[in-house]
Amino acid sequence: MLQFILKRLGLALLVALTVSIISFSLLFLSGDPASAIGGETATDQDIEAIRVLYGFDRPLVVQYWDWLSSALTGDLGESYYFKLPVASLIADRLQITMILGVCGISFALLTAVPLGVAAAIRPNSFIDRLALFLSVAGQAMPSFWFGLILIVVFAIQLGWLPPSGASSPVHFIMPTIVLGYYAMPAIMRLTRAGMLDVLSSDYIRTARAKGASEGRVLFKHALRNAIIPVVSLAAVQMGFMLGGSIVVESIFALHGAGYLAWESIARNDLPTVQALILVFSLFYIIFTFLSDVLNAWLDPRMRAG
Amino acid sequence: MGDTLLTVRGLTINIPVGGGTLHAVRGIDFDVDRGETLCIVGESGSGKSLTSLALMGLLGGRIDRRATEMQFDGIDLTRANARTMRALRGDRMSMIFQEPMTSLNPAYTIGDQLTEALLLHRDVGREAARARAVELLEKVGITAAASRLGQYPHQLSGGLRQRVMIAMALMCEPELIIADEPTTALDVTIQAQILRLLVDLGREMNMAMILITHDLGVVARVADKVAVMYAGELVETGSASEVFNAPMHPYTRGLLRCIPQPGKTERGARLGTIPGIVPSLVGGVTGCPFRTRCDQVVDACRQAIPRRNPGSGNHEFRCVHETGHRMAEESPA
Repeated sequence: MLQFILKRLGLALLVALTVSIISFSLLFLSGDPASAIGGETATDQDIEAIRVLYGFDRPLVVQYWDWLSSALTGDLGESYYFKLPVASLIADRLQITMILGVCGISFALLTAVPLGVAAAIRPNSFIDRLALFLSVAGQAMPSFWFGLILIVVFAIQLGWLPPSGASSPVHFIMPTIVLGYYAMPAIMRLTRAGMLDVLSSDYIRTARAKGASEGRVLFKHALRNAIIPVVSLAAVQMGFMLGGSIVVESIFALHGAGYLAWESIARNDLPTVQALILVFSLFYIIFTFLSDVLNAWLDPRMRAG
Repeated sequence: MGDTLLTVRGLTINIPVGGGTLHAVRGIDFDVDRGETLCIVGESGSGKSLTSLALMGLLGGRIDRRATEMQFDGIDLTRANARTMRALRGDRMSMIFQEPMTSLNPAYTIGDQLTEALLLHRDVGREAARARAVELLEKVGITAAASRLGQYPHQLSGGLRQRVMIAMALMCEPELIIADEPTTALDVTIQAQILRLLVDLGREMNMAMILITHDLGVVARVADKVAVMYAGELVETGSASEVFNAPMHPYTRGLLRCIPQPGKTERGARLGTIPGIVPSLVGGVTGCPFRTRCDQVVDACRQAIPRRNPGSGNHEFRCVHETGHRMAEESPA
């Protein structure tokens, strides 16, 4: 197991290094960064001065090394727009995004897994049809529309919840539901399919033949095997929620990292965009690593790989 | 005769299928005494496995099981609720399945899976359960038993896994063990070993055993009683010596012709075959199910078939012919 973890950790570091190279080169893919900073009114001399000031005149390898070593010490450069260190800017916004992401994925898992299990126990029953209906509805409704409907009903008509902002835990209820409901259908369907598959397997019959209770058969013998693909999916969705909740953050005016990414792209604030891409990618890498470890714990056959 | 452990009368299993009902098992009767080995023989699809699952109460909700009588040591299995069945399963009656490769849970260690039944049914601690597991693993011939407890199924070969399955079924010293083709999925070289082991352990612990197989060679070696199953019916039952020495039903005779016998079968001679295929059991089945393949068939085979007792012990077969052979004056259908 330890050997497996070290192996995966090494792989994760290699991927992280690749991601850092890609996000570094993004700065140069979108044109000359010096003229971007200088703006439309800058003369050739101004641009040349900026180029020297920011070090764009040095060889790329040197610039990358310089960028990487400062990134490792937490210095991700300065935002062109906010004129603030990018690191502290992102750290600020990331807090909101992380709360939202953790709440969202928890909501998704806590609704999807029990519903998927219940649906698999009795296929074609009422609960199975309800689960199917909820997942189709979740897949069909765009987040921005569902979010607006919630605001109209619960914030404006009923007045139970605040429509926007992030000043108290109550503010996170509607965004959590919208974000979580978006991830729920896929998790639910995968749980249901996995359980159906596992429940018809020979070792479940063995467990029943030993006199294990239905609950023990379902949750000890079946769920552990059925949940393995769900772990991988949830990890990807968690990464997605931490990086891509731009729509939800905009609707509910939660100024998190997703919203910052959207602002920075609109403003050509390259250091911020670059740093955000790096941070979001690192999230994906971390969650993939964690899901690999969790799956290896769940399924001993994976520990060899 | 010893005292009867299991009594089955009129066991019927119906499976709803797309176009109607599959009458998979139709009114079969048999008894198993304590410490006795009953072999149920028949070809694939004859309803052997369904019968064993029906006894364990493991058929699944869609399948309709009924019986006029089904008793295990005085417990009426036809009326037993889920709780009663759970208490019996794994404790007083246990089962060994056909597929050792898939019958163990890949996520748990051998030790966890071996001790489970004992921990569920008996008031023992983990350590005692593990000690019992080691003892049984040694009994089924697994070396370094203690170190196996921490291993996972995927680290064991098929033969080892089936030994583990046998040990698992024996954990609570059941009174009845049902083995559904326990050696079919294994290498020919270890089939005999595993079977020998199972039978010896059964004798040693005085367990009754229902051994389901299509291998008549196996039956000849281990059975006390034999039940020959064809297309959902028991066509012939009796003690092993009765059925082997004086087979009455044309199907039983046909089966016995299919196996070579040392000393009797000449080198180069053709082994017997039974032409034709098993009839479809969807919709009603009347008369003798074997009549489409039988070389003794007459018109009366379409009607209800009487049970006949050739006179010795509990030997019984179902055929229109008193001796299982067509009389000279009868004309073929």
